[in-house]
Amino acid sequence: MNKKSSYRLIQGNEAAAEGALAAGVSFFAGYPITPSTEIAEILADRLPANGGTFIQMEDEIGSIAAIIGASIGGRKVLTATSGPGFSLMQENLGFACLAEVPLVIVNVMRGGPSTGMPTSPSQGDVMQARWGTHGDHPIIVLSPGSVEEAFHYTVKAVNFAEKYRNPVIVLMDEIIGHMRARVSLPPTSMIERVNRVHPNMPPEWYLPYERSATGVAPMASFGDGYRHHVTGLVHDAKGFPTADPNEARNNIRGLFTKIERGFRELCLVDYEFMDDAEHAIIAYGGMVLSARSALEQLRKSGRKVGLIKLGTLWPFPRFALEQYLPQLKTILVPELNMGQIYREVLRVNAGKAVVEKLNRVNGTIITPNEIVKTVKGLIR
Amino acid sequence: MISNSELVNKYFRHNKKFPHIWCPGCGIGTILGNMLRAIDALALDKNEIAFVSGIGCTGRAPVYVDFNTLHTTHGRALPFATGLKLARPELKVLVATGDGDATAIGGNHLIHACRRNIDITTIIFNNYIYGMTGGQYSPTTPHGDKASTCKLGNIERPFNISQLVEAAGATFVGRTTSYHTLQLQNIIKKAIMHKGFSVVEVITHCPTTYGRINKKGSAVDMLKWQKEVAVDKSRADKMDPKELEGKIITGILMEKQLPEFCEQYDTIIEKAQSLKNNQQGKSK
Ligand SMILES: Cc1ncc(C[n+]2csc(CCOP(=O)(O)OP(=O)(O)O)c2C)c(N)n1
Ligand code: SF4
Ligand SMILES: [Mg+2]
Repeated sequence: MNKKSSYRLIQGNEAAAEGALAAGVSFFAGYPITPSTEIAEILADRLPANGGTFIQMEDEIGSIAAIIGASIGGRKVLTATSGPGFSLMQENLGFACLAEVPLVIVNVMRGGPSTGMPTSPSQGDVMQARWGTHGDHPIIVLSPGSVEEAFHYTVKAVNFAEKYRNPVIVLMDEIIGHMRARVSLPPTSMIERVNRVHPNMPPEWYLPYERSATGVAPMASFGDGYRHHVTGLVHDAKGFPTADPNEARNNIRGLFTKIERGFRELCLVDYEFMDDAEHAIIAYGGMVLSARSALEQLRKSGRKVGLIKLGTLWPFPRFALEQYLPQLKTILVPELNMGQIYREVLRVNAGKAVVEKLNRVNGTIITPNEIVKTVKGLIR
Repeated sequence: MISNSELVNKYFRHNKKFPHIWCPGCGIGTILGNMLRAIDALALDKNEIAFVSGIGCTGRAPVYVDFNTLHTTHGRALPFATGLKLARPELKVLVATGDGDATAIGGNHLIHACRRNIDITTIIFNNYIYGMTGGQYSPTTPHGDKASTCKLGNIERPFNISQLVEAAGATFVGRTTSYHTLQLQNIIKKAIMHKGFSVVEVITHCPTTYGRINKKGSAVDMLKWQKEVAVDKSRADKMDPKELEGKIITGILMEKQLPEFCEQYDTIIEKAQSLKNNQQGKSK
C-alpha cells in the first residue's frame, strides 16, 4: 500500500473535498453557491467513481434535509454552501442538533448580510454558526487557517460529527477557499477515520437516545433491524415526543453534556511565540496568514508578541487564552467582521489585559502591515 | 384481511404512550389504518419500511407505528426521504404529508421529487386546512370557504393536487377519500408496488377546524359528503364535464413507467467507475 504523501497544488475548496473523501464521506447533497461551488463540482465527479452518492437538490433546505436522511441511513455526509445557503439551512441544522444526526456543513463565507459580496472574503458568520438555529444547542465549528488545514479540518469535522453525533461546521473564508497552495495529502491509509458507534444489543433492548458513559448514544441506521423513531420534537430516551419536564431537561442537557465531555479534544488551538509573549494576536481562518506575517516583523523588531491561532471557534477554547492572561498586557483580535470572536475574547479576558479589535467589512483583507502598526500602537 | 386487533398488535408500537393526539372523528387515523392494511397485504418486512413525515396533525402518524420512522420539519419530509432512499435504496420509503406541508411550505420539494421520479410513495392527507395550527387556510382550501385567517371567505384559488403532481412528473397518481377505505388500501398497495415517484391524494376531513367553521356538520356528515362527491375514474371517463362539476374523480388517475432515479444513479456510478479504471489503466 502507498504510504507516501502526495504533493499537489490545490485550492482550499479542493482540499476540503479531498478531506471529505479521505474521511469516508459517501454522500453529498448541495446547491451551487459562490464561493463554495468547487466543492460540489469536485464531489459530483469523485463520489460516484468511489461508489458514493451526489445529488444536486432544489435548494439548501433540501440539501441539508437530504444529508440528514442519508446520515440516518448510515452514510457519512457533507454539504457545502455560503452565507445565503447557510441561512436557509438553519432550521434543519437545529433538527440535526436535537435528533443528534452526524453531518458536516462547509460554509465558505462571503461578505454579508444578504447576497452581500459573493466573491469577497469575510468572516461574518461566526456567530451565525454558533447561534443561527433557534433554541439552546451546542455546536462544533472549525476554522482552517491554511489550504492544508482545509483538508485536515474537514477530516476532523467528519470524525467529530460521527463521534459526537452532532453537526459540525467547517467555517472557511474565501481567502482559504480560493487560495492555491502546494500541500501534502497523506494517503488514505494514514488517515484516522472515526465511525459512529452502532448498537450491539438485541433490537428489543435498543433505546436510541440512551446515552452511554461517553455521553453519546449508539446510533442505529434505518434498515438495520433497529426500528426506532427520530423526531425534531423534544424526546425521551426512546425517541418519542415528551412534555415531561424531567425528560425534556435530560434531552437538552444531554446535548450539552456530550460536548462538554469532549471539550479538550474538540478544541484545536496552536500557539506561536507565546512562551515569553506579553502581547498576543488571536486569529483564525485567513487572518492567520496576515497575523503570522505581522508576527515575524514584530519579533524581528524585538517586540514580545505571540499568536494564538484558533482552529476551533465553538465550543470557544477559553483555556487557550486563560493560561496566558497572567503574562499578557495586550491582545489584538483582527477579524473580517465587526468583532465577533472579539466579544468572546472580552468575555474570557474579564478585564485583565487590554483587548483591542481590528475589523474590516469592505471585502478586502487586513494586511500584515496594518496588524504590525496596530500592535505597535497598542504596545506604546 | 387482517383483523383490527391483529393490525394493532402487529404494527402499533407497544412501547409508545397512547392515546394518540388526533381529535375524535378525525380522518387521519382511517388513512393510517388502511395504509397498514395495504402494507400487510403486501407482506412487507417492517425492517424494510421507512415512514417519513413533515409537521402537522398528519405529520404525527409515524410515531405510532413500528417501522423506521422519521418525523422531520414542516414541508421537508420529501428531501429527507430522498436522502434516505438514495442512501438505502433497498428501503421502501413512504411519506405522510398534509396539504399545507406538501403544497405550501413543501411545494417546491414536492414538484422536484415528482420530476426526479425517485421511488418514494407519498400520501397527501388533504383536509383543505392547516389542522394542527387551528384551521388557517391552506393552498387547497376551496375558493369562498372559510378559515380562521379568511373568515370572510377564501379569495385564493386552490391547487388541484393530483393535476399538480402529474404535471410535475409523478409517474403514479391516485386519488381517493377516507370514506372509500377499500379503494384507499388498493391504491396505496399499487402505489407502493409502483417503481418511481407515486402520489396518493386522500381527501379527508378535519371536523374540528375546517368542518366547524364551514358548518359541514359532524365527522359522519363529512364522510357522507366524500361518498357523494366521489366519482370513480371509470365512470367519470364516460361523463360530460358539466355532470362532473363539483365532483372529485377518484381511482388511479395516471400510471406510467419512466426510469427511476436511484437506478439511473447506479448507471452513473458504473460509468464513473469504468472511467476511473480506464484512466488508472492508462497511467500505469
Ligand atoms: C417552519 C414552520 N412554520 C410553521 C409551522 C407551524 N405549523 C405546524 S403544522 C402547520 C400546518 C399543517 O397543515 P397541514 O400540512 O395541512 O397538516 P394538518 O395539520 O392539516 O394535517 C403549520 C403552519 C411550523 N411547524 N414550522
Ligand atoms: S385538528 Fe383536524 S386534522 Fe387535526 S387531529 Fe383534529 S380533526 Fe384531525
Ligand atoms: Mg391539512
